[in-house]
Amino acid sequence: MIAILKNRHVRDTSFQAGFVGALIILIVALVVTGKSNLEAQGLTSGFDFLERSTGWRISFSLIDYTTSSPYWLALVVGLLNSVFLGAISLSFATFIGVAVGVMRTSGNGMAELIGTTFVEIFRNVPLILQLLFWYSLLLSLPSPRDAEPILGAFAFTGRGIYIPGLNITGLSFFLIVLALVAGASVSLWLSTADRFKAASVAVRRKWKFYAWIVTAIVVIATIWWGRLPETAFFSIPEHRGLNYREGIRVSPELFACIIAISIYGAAYIAEIIRSGFNAIPAGQGEAGHALGLSRWQIFTRIRLPLAIRIVMPTLINQYVWLFKATTIGIAISFTDFFMVVSTAINQSGQTLELIAILMGGFLVINYSIAWVLNRVNDAIKLKGTQLRI
Amino acid sequence: MSISNSVSHDGMRTSMFGAIRKKYFATRTDIIVSSVLAVAVVWLLVNVIDWAFVNAVFGAGKREECLAAEGACWSVIASRWRIVLFGLYPFEEQWRSGVACLIMVIVAVLSCVPYFWNAKRLTVLWLSGFGIFYVLMRGGFLGLTPVFEQNWGGLALTVFIFAAVCILGMPLAIVFALLRRSELPWISRTMGLIIDTIRSLPLLTIMFTFAIVSPFVLPDWAIGDKLYRVIVGYAIFFACYQAEIIRGGIQALPAGQEEAAKALGMGYWHRVGYIVLPQAFRNALPPTINQIVITFKETSLVTIIGFFDVMASGRAASGNAEWSFAHVEVYFFVALIFFVFVFSLSRYGAYLERRLGVGRR
Repeated sequence: MIAILKNRHVRDTSFQAGFVGALIILIVALVVTGKSNLEAQGLTSGFDFLERSTGWRISFSLIDYTTSSPYWLALVVGLLNSVFLGAISLSFATFIGVAVGVMRTSGNGMAELIGTTFVEIFRNVPLILQLLFWYSLLLSLPSPRDAEPILGAFAFTGRGIYIPGLNITGLSFFLIVLALVAGASVSLWLSTADRFKAASVAVRRKWKFYAWIVTAIVVIATIWWGRLPETAFFSIPEHRGLNYREGIRVSPELFACIIAISIYGAAYIAEIIRSGFNAIPAGQGEAGHALGLSRWQIFTRIRLPLAIRIVMPTLINQYVWLFKATTIGIAISFTDFFMVVSTAINQSGQTLELIAILMGGFLVINYSIAWVLNRVNDAIKLKGTQLRI
Repeated sequence: MSISNSVSHDGMRTSMFGAIRKKYFATRTDIIVSSVLAVAVVWLLVNVIDWAFVNAVFGAGKREECLAAEGACWSVIASRWRIVLFGLYPFEEQWRSGVACLIMVIVAVLSCVPYFWNAKRLTVLWLSGFGIFYVLMRGGFLGLTPVFEQNWGGLALTVFIFAAVCILGMPLAIVFALLRRSELPWISRTMGLIIDTIRSLPLLTIMFTFAIVSPFVLPDWAIGDKLYRVIVGYAIFFACYQAEIIRGGIQALPAGQEEAAKALGMGYWHRVGYIVLPQAFRNALPPTINQIVITFKETSLVTIIGFFDVMASGRAASGNAEWSFAHVEVYFFVALIFFVFVFSLSRYGAYLERRLGVGRR
């Protein structure tokens, strides 16, 4: 008996079996208890409820949704809203973050001071506090009746921000975004993939030019095809009576989320970018100087590309983390994925199934963000002996 | 041009004027950029000072003057600061809440002193500090009237959740990291799956699951109070992040360290306890402090699932009809509380990083 216990192989196997087995038993026990508890309340388990109609409204939706739409459509609406918010705020966060990061490493004392203040203020205050602050600020804007349009096209009111837009269907808007993303990826692929390394720069530039032409044609065609009949091509907000008509209304909830997440994310991204710039060997910039390049050329051609490549892995983690932060929208009832799921739990009581959907949704989104960005990183990272840092 | 300008005029001695000139006005572009930015900063500062000090109303209970004034209404803070800091805690007993918070702050400051930097002393310090905090807050003996968790609020609740998460989460993180690094493939793979899954979920969904959903799947005896369920959920979340940080610290160790320990005939627990973990924590100190900073900030999320933490009590302070116009001032006050804690902790982290010279041994 003792000989068996001392056998390393037997011991290892039983440890592993015990660990995994205990976990499985725990999960099964939780699910069984949950099922019996829910059945005691007269709820049936299973995913049939997804076909039932919801009966509640969603304040912001990119696709057609009514109170008689089924649960699965509500979940799709929430998911799209989350992705929409994430895409917008992550792009803004990147722009602001890179700008601030560059300011902090520019060598100009004033710019560094401003950049440091920005980062320290917005990184050290919780996101939810910033979100509520921006939201209350937006709500305290003048009512539509009193708000004067700025430049004749933008109106900042307490009931939302009105901006000019195109009179096109939501579907064609999606297709346009898709086409632009595809165009950008193809051009990135053409300039970085090993497959095209043999072709000369001029040839690759020509291909990229064609790719953008095709994208432009597709975009214009989609706009034409998606036009709403019998409306003006541009839709510009107009003051009519007590409210604004036409144009695109950005709700205060969405706008507050965008501002808060962009600025909070920018503070973090700025720090990452700064560390990237600091990691570039000084000799790189000095060599550019010796070759007679201007400060702007050294920055755009040497330091920025190197910095982006250095910080890419950290940035990927930051993007995933920021996307998760978009769930904070529930604090001001922005209907993102999490909010829809929690409303659905309240309304239908299908707790376990909906929690599983929630977790599955976030796993899929986060793994796809990480996967796509890792592929980008693999494509653009410095290879072999290009530069040792 | 920039090189000739950066040499100060009076030779070896760099005057203050020269330093400023070099930093702000080195080249023509710098002169333009600095001047434009300086104008913007001065404009912003003047406006903020006007709002916050010159036109502001100070002193308690001056609601009418606030409505008339253009500047900030700090009167709301003077009148309602007790709500923000102590929440629903009974008025006569609020000194207890204040003292308890102070004790935890002292504990946090003490753990920055090198004397406490070993596992035993840190554990004793935090556990005793937390124990005193709990006894003071809860009461029920020594003549203290009992105050139940439902009535805790404000800063004390935030501090309580934060401290409990750290105390529970840190040992859990070590266990997770060791399991994740186990030589037995099934254990390390399963642990990796659990850690990765939890890390890719937002904290809010974890808190929500533990607060609202877990009563359905737990047997009756294990449900407990909502507050403690959220703390357990947050602690697991914290542990998953911290476990990856510790694992990073372990991986940065030269393989020879553990091999040498093995060659000396040390058992697993000796190796882990005396060789691996002490060095791993030293490596992982900067990201650990960063993680603790983030944990403190994100404690404010509990307000969404209905706890009366400092964030929620701040909203309550300006939530009545009397002061509802002054919410911006209250947000500034709460932001200041967080800023003081978080900023000093992150500065300390940066100082420590320089002092320890991590990565430059």
